[in-house]
Amino acid sequence: MINQSRYSLLFSFFQELGEVGSLVGKTLRNIFRKPWEKNIFIQQLEEVGVRSLPVVSLTAAFGGLVFGLQTYIGFHRFIGHGSEAYGGPIISLGLSKEIIPILVGLMISGRVGSAIAAEIGTMKITEQIDALYSLGADPNRYLVAPRTLACFIMLPCLTLYGDIIGIAAGYFYNVVLMGVNHFIYFENTLLYLEIWDVITGLIKAAFFGIIIAIVGCWQGLKAEGGAEGVGKATTRTVVIASISIIILNFLLSKALPGTLSG
Amino acid sequence: MIKIVNLYKSFGQNKVLQGVDLTIERGETLVIIGQSGSGKSVLVKHLIGIIKPDRGNIFVDGVEIVNLKEDELHKIRGKFGMLFQGAALFDSMTVAQNVSFGLERYTDYLPGKIQEVVEESLAKVGLKGVENLMPHELSGGMKKRVGLARAIAYWPEIILYDEPSTGIDPIRADAIINLIDRMKKELKVTSVIITHDMTSSYKVADRIAMLYGGKIIEIGTPEEIKRSENQVIQQFIHGQAEGPIENW
Ligand SMILES: Nc1ncnc2c1ncn2[C@@H]1O[C@H](COP(=O)(O)OP(=O)(O)O)[C@@H](O)[C@H]1O
Ligand SMILES: [Mg+2]
Repeated sequence: MINQSRYSLLFSFFQELGEVGSLVGKTLRNIFRKPWEKNIFIQQLEEVGVRSLPVVSLTAAFGGLVFGLQTYIGFHRFIGHGSEAYGGPIISLGLSKEIIPILVGLMISGRVGSAIAAEIGTMKITEQIDALYSLGADPNRYLVAPRTLACFIMLPCLTLYGDIIGIAAGYFYNVVLMGVNHFIYFENTLLYLEIWDVITGLIKAAFFGIIIAIVGCWQGLKAEGGAEGVGKATTRTVVIASISIIILNFLLSKALPGTLSG
Repeated sequence: MIKIVNLYKSFGQNKVLQGVDLTIERGETLVIIGQSGSGKSVLVKHLIGIIKPDRGNIFVDGVEIVNLKEDELHKIRGKFGMLFQGAALFDSMTVAQNVSFGLERYTDYLPGKIQEVVEESLAKVGLKGVENLMPHELSGGMKKRVGLARAIAYWPEIILYDEPSTGIDPIRADAIINLIDRMKKELKVTSVIITHDMTSSYKVADRIAMLYGGKIIEIGTPEEIKRSENQVIQQFIHGQAEGPIENW
């Protein structure tokens, strides 16, 4: 009995993995194939990108502030008074490589991933997905592909924007609030922060974007059983996307080179 | 002509279709009756490849559609118009955008012509001046009529009606039944109607088929169905709680 249920759990895990795999495959094919659903794509760019700016601004600003705060304390405690200005590159590196991409990924999972699952899930249970088929529109091409492409493009943009806000907030906390030496902070940041650090974060964000869109569409398309089913799809999307993002973040940090200059 | 051969479909443990055989002639009006949950919607969705069978074949004008690729299926789907049970209007779009959706994909009409056809189609179902409303601003019956306008807009040869009169007042329901009849006579469309409404079935049907236990248990003209000796059919068409069909 126990063995059987263990096998069936394993079986359904691989079955779901297969589902996601074929969804990704189909979506990639549709992204590279014309005709494009241009209007939907532009609408999604706005939905994912522009409408997320307030959320990203707030989280990036406070992320930058608190990271600036703890780095200040760290330098003050372990190296001593006056050394805090050397925290500049650490703050900027930590923010652009890890903290901002993760924060943006998690926030967008909650804001956009859940919305995708709810919208597509509602379309599924009210036969709108069936109606798309019957009226000659492939739901993957019409719904999944434009959302995936929009998230893939917009997550790096939002991350870059978040980097700027976050790094500015770290600077603000240290230099403006705590009176750290502006020149040392600034010079060291310019000296040690590499463009690659920022790019690493953007590459990760692009992957997070794909995860968010694919998980949301996948859960939405398999929603069933009325409003309750849509609710479940939404919750699952946020949980699955968030966990995947955190795990993938570690794997990518490990796999991507730490620096490109030797 | 549509030919369904030995069709099987289960969802998990739920065996819905268990060997359906059914032929639908060109230009005929076929009514499918059966209890709620007996698989009528599932059966009809197989015809446009929305649901894939576990086993069996479906031929549309001689083409086997079960294993067709998406772009070949697209051509087949263009022959069909479907009115969904819950109307299934796209709720992020206006009425006009809903009705023009199929036109944009199945015809090469220019925008002006599309707008014209949208208005015509809405007029056919008795709606005027609703083009710019959103679906949530419409009553249930109006939604259904917009759904019907959307299904007939691009001149499909075969129209599938999933409970066209359920949820509509009896007068409007009769008007829709008349519209279905008119389209058959004027445009020679093939119609497949799912309904529980026996009065309108007798009125429009060339043949009536009953789906029961995953199979078509009987098919015939309204007269033949009325005179059927099958107790299941007699119970259903007279709407009796007592009989061979379990009712809970
Ligand atoms: N996509 C689906 N997934 C799982 N079960 C389904 C699905 N569609 C329909 N069913 C089940 O198939 C059976 C027949 O449904 P349906 O064809 O809608 O009945 P009806 O004859 O009332 O139209 C029901 O038990 C329903 O729960
Ligand atoms: Mg039904």
